[in-house]
Amino acid sequence: MKTLFFLLQKEFTQIFRDTVILRMIMAVPVVQLLILPLAADYEIKNINITVIDHDHSFFSRDLTSRIMASGYFRLSGFGQSFNEGFAQMETDKTDLVLEIPPSFEKDLVNGEKGKLFIAVNAINGTKANIGAVYLNRIIAQFNQNIRAEMAPAPKMAALPTIEITNLNWFNKYLDYPHFMVPGILVLLVTMVGALMCSLNIVKEKEIGTIEQINVTPIRKHHFILGKLIPFWVIGMFVFSVGLFLIARLVYGIVPQGSILLLYGFLSIYLVAVMGVGLIISTYANTQQQAMSLAFFFLMIFILMSGLFTPIDSMPEWAKWIARFNPVTWFIEVMRMIVLKGSGFHHIRLHFLVITGFAIFFNAWAILNYKKTS
Amino acid sequence: MADVILQNITKTYNKGETRAVNDVSFAVEKGELFGLIGPDGAGKTSIFRILSTLLLADSGTAKVNGFDVVKDYRSIRNQVGYMPGKFSLYQDLTVEENLSFFATVFNSTIEENYGLIKDIYVQIEPFKTRRAGKLSGGMKQKLALCCALIHRPTVLFLDEPTTGVDAVSRKEFWEMLKRLKEQGITILVSTPYMDEATLCERIALIQNGSVISIGTPENIISHFPKKLLSAKSGQMSRLLTHIRQFPETASCFSFGDAHHVTFSENKNQMNELLVFLKTKNHHDVEIKEITPTIEDCFIDLMK
Repeated sequence: MKTLFFLLQKEFTQIFRDTVILRMIMAVPVVQLLILPLAADYEIKNINITVIDHDHSFFSRDLTSRIMASGYFRLSGFGQSFNEGFAQMETDKTDLVLEIPPSFEKDLVNGEKGKLFIAVNAINGTKANIGAVYLNRIIAQFNQNIRAEMAPAPKMAALPTIEITNLNWFNKYLDYPHFMVPGILVLLVTMVGALMCSLNIVKEKEIGTIEQINVTPIRKHHFILGKLIPFWVIGMFVFSVGLFLIARLVYGIVPQGSILLLYGFLSIYLVAVMGVGLIISTYANTQQQAMSLAFFFLMIFILMSGLFTPIDSMPEWAKWIARFNPVTWFIEVMRMIVLKGSGFHHIRLHFLVITGFAIFFNAWAILNYKKTS
Repeated sequence: MADVILQNITKTYNKGETRAVNDVSFAVEKGELFGLIGPDGAGKTSIFRILSTLLLADSGTAKVNGFDVVKDYRSIRNQVGYMPGKFSLYQDLTVEENLSFFATVFNSTIEENYGLIKDIYVQIEPFKTRRAGKLSGGMKQKLALCCALIHRPTVLFLDEPTTGVDAVSRKEFWEMLKRLKEQGITILVSTPYMDEATLCERIALIQNGSVISIGTPENIISHFPKKLLSAKSGQMSRLLTHIRQFPETASCFSFGDAHHVTFSENKNQMNELLVFLKTKNHHDVEIKEITPTIEDCFIDLMK
């Protein structure tokens, strides 16, 4: 016990002396949480549209102003011909080209079918898709309005229409940060656990201090605990800063569920990811190697975690990878507790799985440590 | 009983391809200052790492303080001090923090064994609040020695403590070792500098992982099998070529400001050599018989 105390004392002295690490610990959660949720927004806005209006009629102008009034689009210009619009698309000045034929109003008034042409720049598939959907919706609404205006009243009543009302549960205003912030918090603690912890151990290897430690009576478990505990504390700290300072004060996110439950899960989760860090440190001999290894795993962990893309829409094999990814489980738990207010009985499985991960990773790391000595 | 005993220790790397330590056996008596002398890559560090329980030998047994390095490694770690060749203290901790850290992990304090390190520590004490990484090479060496001594070890392993240290600090360092020896600490030290060999009580010359000679420096020198001559002239490089051309020359090497020469027949053919050199237009040659140094012995044994 006394040895461990001295090791911890040494470890904290070193961490507090390293101004770069200290600044990282303080600044990273703040910066990441302030920038990422606002920037990594799926709601697509500012879609550039070019309107080629051959009709120059009341209807065509009405349609254009409705599109602009929706707030999703930005008019990048009117063109005289489709080729002109296409040239704009080629130079990436516009994402969508809407062509209104010369007889648009006339055809509609005469009761014939009106035709519109939409060209989509599909280089950014998501933006193109969503833009086209928005545009279609606006045109459909426009269409309905014309029909309402032009059709005689009794006929109108006979038309069966379905009206849909949405109610968004758990995130009432579809506020994007509400969805992202809990996930990004998970990334932050994962970085602290896996990356910082492994770098710290490998540094001792690289400088050779581990040799000096190995010839002392310090036992292996003392050494490992002396490394894990400081980063466990730092992980807790970073998480708290993110949750109470940034999420609550900046985004107004107040966890719906029990904070105690959240911290309970976090404490086991940190042990699991630090296990990953330990494994990395047993294989890497230099900080550079550790960095590359950690980045490789973190990239996979993050991209396959359901933070950015829903796991349900992944192919079956990818779903399996996601299931073996501790980050996935914590992100799910975060969203469940913070947004939904889930209780312990909802996340029993998650607790079981993450405990399994913690035991598995740490056992692997310790076994590998013994082998290399 | 000897404090350090090695018996037929062999260590290979790269799955047996590189033989770093080859069937090495020797013993270091209690309170002895024993030197492992050999060039870089001779296997000195591997021997140290085996003795300080950091490395497992492929075969053979080694004992420190009567404890087996494999079975009783934990007892050994409590009783030995090891100073690796590379400075391996915490560069971001101060001199004092490093020292007290290593004292505490041995369940000791600086005060408890201050007497042992006092002579050395007073030299670095003015810098005790400086970070170890910011010390000069000689200071680092002294700090590392203090840290290795702070738990009053009975055996001290020093792996090339004087490599990369200036001549004055080297001399000081050896004087410190002598004082430690007087305190009854067994010291095993390695060095690539042959001139430091005579500062040890006994030495083992080691080359390519094998011990080629062992004994007191005087003993090894007295076993030098031949007469050794030193030759000097105004044209040293021509002289070297021509001495080597002399048919009876066994070896001729440049040693500082002179050439050291041995003959194949163990006779004194000094006069014949002088005559031979005269025919090669050397007129100012100065030849005299000298006592060999450890380096001469090493070169002779290497063949």
